[in-house]
Amino acid sequence: MQAAVITFPGSNCDRDAAVVLEAVTGHAPAMIWHRDTELPKLDLVVVPGGFTYGDYLRCGAMAAHSPIMREVVELAKKGVAVFGICNGFQILAETGLLPGTLMRNADRNFVCRDVHLRVESSDSIYTRKYNAGFVARIPVAHGEGNYFADPETLERIEGEGQVAFRYVDTYGAETKAANPNGSQRNIAGIFDKSRRILGMMPHPERLSDEKLGGTDGRAMFESLLEALS
Amino acid sequence: MNAITPDIVKSHGLSQDEYKLVLEIMGREPNITELGIFSVMWSEHCSYKSSKKWLKTLPTTAPWVICGPGENAGVIDIGDGLAAIFKMESHNHPSFIEPYQGAATGVGGILRDVFTMGARPIANMNALRFGDPKHPKTRHLVSGVVAGIGGYGNCVGVPTVGGETNFHPSYNGNILVNAMTVGLAKADRIFYSAAAGIGNPVVYVGSKTGRDGIHGATMASAEFSADNEEKRPTVQVGDPFTEKLLIEACLELMATDCIVAIQDMGAAGLTSSSFEMASKGGLGIDMNLDEVPMREEGMTAYEIMLSESQERMLMVLKPGSEGQAKAIFDKWELDFAIVGTLTDTGRMVLRRHGEIVADLPIDPLAAASPEYDRPWVPSTKRPVIDLHDVPSHNPLVALKTLLHSPDLASRRWIWERYDHMVMNDTVVRPGGDSAVVRIHGTNRGLAITTDCTPRYVYADPHEGGRQAVAEAYRNLSAVGAKPLAVTDNLNFGNPEKPEIMGQIVEAIQGIGEACRALDFPIVSGNVSLYNETEGKAILPTPALGAVGLIDNLDSLATIPFKRDGDAIIVIGETKGWLGSSLYLRELCGREDGAPPPVALHREKREGEFVRAMIKDGAVTAVHDVSDGGLLVAIAEMAMASETGCTLEPPHNLAAHGWWFGEDQGRYVLTAAQDRLPEILEAAQRGEITARVIGSVGGDDLILTGVGAISIHELKQLNEAWLPDFMSSPDSNA
Repeated sequence: MQAAVITFPGSNCDRDAAVVLEAVTGHAPAMIWHRDTELPKLDLVVVPGGFTYGDYLRCGAMAAHSPIMREVVELAKKGVAVFGICNGFQILAETGLLPGTLMRNADRNFVCRDVHLRVESSDSIYTRKYNAGFVARIPVAHGEGNYFADPETLERIEGEGQVAFRYVDTYGAETKAANPNGSQRNIAGIFDKSRRILGMMPHPERLSDEKLGGTDGRAMFESLLEALS
Repeated sequence: MNAITPDIVKSHGLSQDEYKLVLEIMGREPNITELGIFSVMWSEHCSYKSSKKWLKTLPTTAPWVICGPGENAGVIDIGDGLAAIFKMESHNHPSFIEPYQGAATGVGGILRDVFTMGARPIANMNALRFGDPKHPKTRHLVSGVVAGIGGYGNCVGVPTVGGETNFHPSYNGNILVNAMTVGLAKADRIFYSAAAGIGNPVVYVGSKTGRDGIHGATMASAEFSADNEEKRPTVQVGDPFTEKLLIEACLELMATDCIVAIQDMGAAGLTSSSFEMASKGGLGIDMNLDEVPMREEGMTAYEIMLSESQERMLMVLKPGSEGQAKAIFDKWELDFAIVGTLTDTGRMVLRRHGEIVADLPIDPLAAASPEYDRPWVPSTKRPVIDLHDVPSHNPLVALKTLLHSPDLASRRWIWERYDHMVMNDTVVRPGGDSAVVRIHGTNRGLAITTDCTPRYVYADPHEGGRQAVAEAYRNLSAVGAKPLAVTDNLNFGNPEKPEIMGQIVEAIQGIGEACRALDFPIVSGNVSLYNETEGKAILPTPALGAVGLIDNLDSLATIPFKRDGDAIIVIGETKGWLGSSLYLRELCGREDGAPPPVALHREKREGEFVRAMIKDGAVTAVHDVSDGGLLVAIAEMAMASETGCTLEPPHNLAAHGWWFGEDQGRYVLTAAQDRLPEILEAAQRGEITARVIGSVGGDDLILTGVGAISIHELKQLNEAWLPDFMSSPDSNA
């Protein structure tokens, strides 16, 4: 699997994603600077977390208009897998690669803590090594992760099975208390129609190492390795 | 040019004697730009003029100390060719006036102090003190400060891994915001600030200079009065995005061979950075202020030199390397300007619009700033409180009260506002005795703690100073880290009052004594004085930050109970010391009595014992006993694991003294029953008091002969206070 991680000015989880990709695949991913326009041949592009261009405008809005994202959109059209984590999800939503938007957390506060996610489907390149319904403990760290889409879009993505993860309690139940940011229908991550593109607010790369307290996120990278090699 | 009147001198915070010295050094009347430069360089904040005499008495060396106080931050050798670089610094006055920006720029400033020296910042900590929760401003200040720390740290992508927070009415008008950064560098690639090489270019990088923060250092060196709201324009505005770019650009440049010296522009901005670099190198600088990147039109030399705009650095480059350096800053879209040249004159010559606007001798300003031996009086010793003169409450009822009190309630609401996991090396998250961050790419870790118990320092500055060091030592030992070094952030009232100066002197003496006894040198620090409003001083608060090393992360101790059936062991002696305790304050409404004494020789022995037990894998959980005493410590272990325990009653000691006394030098350990004999034997060999007092298991905390309470209920009480406080509608001003 040939993977790349994009570094924008203000990205701060680019190294974290690269470290986990290297641990899982055995080789370091390409690190792509935001001004690069020539990309190597790739199977996977990771758009990592951070505060691109400071995110002083709407989160991800500036990055969505950067030259590198035009390239990423082109790659996505060709079927290359694109994985947006946290700020990366916000950027993918801003580019229109994924439906909906991420608003300020309902309680207006930044939140960093472990949450529980239910894997809605194991039928994707990202989740094939999970069982559907598995409850994974993964951290969130964001101020704007409150997923919102209009009713028609919500019905459509539900109908097409595009909801990848929902915030749940440890028993797998969708509760208000388990939802860290007020997302509609407890949505934590969504696919595009082809399920080649995934955006999620939680950080699977942060619990992929026993030393850091858990490995529930690691299967996501292992799924990609298996599917894209 | 306007003449310098006594009023102008006074408004610059200079005394008449100091102004006389200015005239002597200059040999003429200074112009306003020159006066402004003297004023910030000689402010308490920049010159340490009241504290220098006493700071010099602190121990600052050890075989593992690479660089002690005097540089931007302290540097220690942590083996394998690596160095840890760290410092703690206050941003108290700005945070009271404008809590979000004040706290945010406090974080930005301390980060720069650390990466200036060549380190990648790997962890932030903070020590916060707020006023009475019932004071109308407190909630607003907590909310703004926490949001500011998070807003900055989260964006730059450095995890905020821990800290401490206290509430006390003495901080109603002067909150304390002390921020600490720890960074990691190669031990042979440390960057210093001494300028060298006559003719070498002096380069400005980072953000543009604006009119923000002019006279911040002078503000931080005076008491507050009712009109302090008017000082809002002296608070700087932070831009963490630019800081992130500046970190990456500087580290990229530092990997090359271009830099001779580098210094961040902190308090007193371009003035202090240029004077310090030139002074340390024994050189002069000829600087053209027209070349300084500016955000606003028409800035005067005075404004440029005194601006405290954030995210700026000054450096001296090797000749011929300007192009290579500029390319890096262009890549990161940051300003890069050659603003001056090093000279052999020993003078700072500033030009603006083609004219010399200031010409000052550097050494008398920077190195020979005034130093005072301010009068002080020893503090009055308080009587030791007899345990039997303190009412004994039902221990379970008292425990509930304590766990729901402002100083012991869970800080989760605060640390969840901070990204404490970014960089993927946070091994022990906030809430433990020390935070632990892995040294990237290795199986070793740094343990970090911040400590001070202001009510002890107020009761007895000498003993309180010793206690702060001992507690830091204990918190590092409790995770299994070898304590290495300390940074001190000394927050006090007005040093011109002999009783406040007495607190400063005695606390420093106590800190020095403990650091010497524990081989725990002070390698960096900061002093914040004049923390008074309307003549009322804060509790003396010498906050300490400390760093320790864990050689193998496989043997690491944490707070939560691990297994049912494990024995619970108390290390150290308990005599039931209730003077200045939280029991006395929260249950009896009293804040009197001598604080608990610290036995330094025992601290060292016990710390070594606990670390050895952790290294041998003999223990399953460790927690130090501090605020609130033994029962609070055990309850914290139970809540962290959501597991109960059964505890035996005390022998020969009144229950409230046993459970809530704040005797020093104690730890709670848990261990499998089959490891008990070896632990008790080792304790006996080391002449350490160790006593088995119960075992882990069940869902309740059971006090034999008294009753039981569910851990779930305790946890709810402990977790509820801070979120309830932050969302209560009536506490907002």
